[in-house]
Amino acid sequence: MTRYTSVTDADLGEMLGTIGVDSIDELFADIPAGLRLDRPLALADGLSEQEVYEELRALAAKSTSAEDEVSFLGAGMYDHYVPALIDSIILRSEFLTPYTPYQPEISQGGLQAMFEYQTAISELTGMPISNASVYEGPSAVAAAGYVAKATNGRSRFVISRGVHPHSRECVRTLAHAWEMEVVEAPLQNGGTALADLGDDVSAVIVQQPNFLGAVEDLTGLAQAARTAGALTICACDPLPLALLKTPAQCGVDIAVGEGQTLGNRLDFGGPSFGFFAATEALTRRMPGRIAGETKDVDGKRGFVLTLQTREQHIRREKATSNICTAQALNALAGVIYLSWLGRHGIVELVELMLRRTAYAREQLKAVDGVTELHDRPVVREFAVELDAPVERVIARCREQGINPGYPLTRDYPEHENGLLVAITERRTRADIDRLVEAIGAAVAAERQAVGAKA
Amino acid sequence: MIREADDTLTIFERSKAGRRAFVAPELDVPERPLDELLPPDHRREEPPRLPEVAEPEIVRHYNRLSKRNFDLDTGFYPLGSCTMKHNPKLHERVAGLPGHARLHPLQDPRYAQGALELMWRLQDALGEIAGLPHVSLQPSAGSQGELAGVLLTRALHEDRGEHRTKVLTPDTAHGTNPATVTMGGYEVVKVVSDSSGNVDLDDLRAKADEDVACLMLTNPSTLGLFETGIEEIERIVHGVGATLYYDGANLNAIMGICRPGDMGFDIVHFNLHKSFTQPHGGGGPGAGPVAVSERIEPYLPRPQVVRRETTTNGSNAFYDLDYDRPKSIGRLRGFQGNYGVFVRSYAYIRSLGAPGLREASETAVLNANYLLALLRRQGVAEYLPAAYDRLCMHEFVLSGGPMRHELHIKTLDLAKRLLDHGVHPPTVYFPLIVDEALMVEPTETETKETLDRFAEIVAGILKEAAEDPEIARAAPYTTPVRRLDEAGAARRLVVRQAMPV
Repeated sequence: MTRYTSVTDADLGEMLGTIGVDSIDELFADIPAGLRLDRPLALADGLSEQEVYEELRALAAKSTSAEDEVSFLGAGMYDHYVPALIDSIILRSEFLTPYTPYQPEISQGGLQAMFEYQTAISELTGMPISNASVYEGPSAVAAAGYVAKATNGRSRFVISRGVHPHSRECVRTLAHAWEMEVVEAPLQNGGTALADLGDDVSAVIVQQPNFLGAVEDLTGLAQAARTAGALTICACDPLPLALLKTPAQCGVDIAVGEGQTLGNRLDFGGPSFGFFAATEALTRRMPGRIAGETKDVDGKRGFVLTLQTREQHIRREKATSNICTAQALNALAGVIYLSWLGRHGIVELVELMLRRTAYAREQLKAVDGVTELHDRPVVREFAVELDAPVERVIARCREQGINPGYPLTRDYPEHENGLLVAITERRTRADIDRLVEAIGAAVAAERQAVGAKA
Repeated sequence: MIREADDTLTIFERSKAGRRAFVAPELDVPERPLDELLPPDHRREEPPRLPEVAEPEIVRHYNRLSKRNFDLDTGFYPLGSCTMKHNPKLHERVAGLPGHARLHPLQDPRYAQGALELMWRLQDALGEIAGLPHVSLQPSAGSQGELAGVLLTRALHEDRGEHRTKVLTPDTAHGTNPATVTMGGYEVVKVVSDSSGNVDLDDLRAKADEDVACLMLTNPSTLGLFETGIEEIERIVHGVGATLYYDGANLNAIMGICRPGDMGFDIVHFNLHKSFTQPHGGGGPGAGPVAVSERIEPYLPRPQVVRRETTTNGSNAFYDLDYDRPKSIGRLRGFQGNYGVFVRSYAYIRSLGAPGLREASETAVLNANYLLALLRRQGVAEYLPAAYDRLCMHEFVLSGGPMRHELHIKTLDLAKRLLDHGVHPPTVYFPLIVDEALMVEPTETETKETLDRFAEIVAGILKEAAEDPEIARAAPYTTPVRRLDEAGAARRLVVRQAMPV
């Protein structure tokens, strides 16, 4: 018996007797003999709980986490502080272990939390309709593309080069299956430059702030899309929305984004959640689950999954999306986090990041061999170009226990020595000063090395 | 008069101006004017109207909400096709270790060796369980794994210069299958089931032609039955050059007993939140890795976790992310997948090992057949007969048709009455081909006593209905709310808290 099963020998005899067979093997009689595995799986035997813990601990110790270094890595996921109350709530069995709330009478806690989450996302984005989460950021961008395709049937996506490279790739992956073309709009001084849009553009896809940290002129971009009869899809970083004009105000049709920064851990990339919010006109084209308020037979307030006729379990091949399991628990962490920050706290947090980021940008800019990649406003992240091989500068900083950021080399070959630096509230002025000093010393050393060779 | 605490107030309705839980770290850099850093034309006028509440009230609010949820740690949850098996507590502890939980997804692979090694080992284990050698962990959930499968199929055919337009799905398929087919740019063609619940082979032969790209099959099917004609199905599908796709929703029946790869499947998706114990979280997170055969491997999503030998005798290895995959379908999502889920599933596989996984599947099938046998007894079977008179695998489907005619209660009424007995109802009204369907999946982690009690409860409800069907028709009575007006919710759509003006 494994430690998670409970069939004793006595149970087994009784159960087989009730079924009317002599052995467990007989229960598998429908499997053709030639298909049965005639050997054990080539996996090790099981371990005790303590041994499994030790193995997983040893694996954890082989990686360098944000706990072990001063990290300025961002580029889509960020090392924010996650308050203790989130774990205490989301680890409760009542939230951790139920399935999707298909039986609303015994799922009011989860359904109400979804309703609250939707409200919080609507407040951040200004969009009237939010679903109760999708998988994560980049696939949410592609999911928005699917809505645009279904809405206007046009043949092209125009996507800004400022959109996260993973999001751009997700859109390409699916657009290929939809026989749609994907055209990239270039960046000028960090901001998206839209060329003339034809009448075949289904959606213009942008990101705010964009991958290089720049705050885009979202209103202008959405206006251009609207003029061409295209939808505007914006991938938004949710925390900066505390200060920025909402996507709704800017004329965006679908606001999506990565929710990790809202109370979710880094987890090497997931699970987190994606949010998906839209204008009222797109209500019936939304993917995923939506909680709605209603009453029970006694007139008592309650919540249910609503507009289910959009979804795969009802509409099948005509569904607005194939999504089923989403990220309910991570979205719950999101709404708890937003409640914890509160209306004024979220502004204070983002202003703090804004000022520390501005400080870091100023200090780094002043370093010999470091230039700004653009001078547009930024909130939590900015990009610089180094006059030295970026990988070698990173290696030198690492020797000081500093991970200085994300090299742009692979994703932006035009910025071969570009570096993306993220400043969350966990990075203090002292950390920033160390970063500036480390990058300064590394760039100088690399230049000197080149000079010596020459 | 003392006002009763209202459990249905939202966190927004508990808000009061001036309260707070968050205190910002000290500003340790110059306080430059906001206008200088972020010009006013980029800024919103008003902050988002998030709740203003202190920590005690947040904790109390969500604790109270939690008590309005039924959950697996509290009671029996035989929800068919969802594999509501126990979620071991160790998994939350190991997933929370900072070396996993605070690891940045873009950390240089040289500094993420532990995570990449874990992913590589999980790939290896899942490949062995599926009988298919190459695994991508990237898909976020079953439905994204399905989408990966359809896109992989497209890539294979395009590489061969073929243009195919249709994908076959049985009439018993989960809704995600046809929805995925449409999303993947294909047309759905439905294949019917025969009188014993298998795929109708004649119908399959008639519909399998050179335009067909793939057959998506769940095996055991959603009827809880093993496709006895699987070998012939494989010949028909491969005979027309299509791929055979295995929907892993029901993998919990066959781990270590037989393998999709050995049945001839080209592509398999796993639901790590079903067979491999990731807690369902009230609707996610999950993970939907795919395992594929040699010929599909070139098209797997990017990047792929690989192991590179750094010494000739293989004693040392470097785990890396391989982006150089020119035939890849590309990315389906950001980063490397739901790593936190991988940690839990890997811990589960290590805990059980090869014998334990086999025992889990055997016990799941034993428990299902035992419960089915109990429900085939007099007092139940005449009202809730098994949809097919066969042994089942890890789940079974009953038909509430006779119950509706004889006792005048519907499957929905039975489900709602079960709530009053403290058990979660089975899946209802699915599969679509069974009248008043009730789909029961007990899982291997339930005791015989729990199964005995469930059978007694069902018999009791039927007996009660024979005396007074109105009791079930108006149930439930003991839940936090009673039957809810779902039609009204869709008609008068309220999907967010109205804010005070």
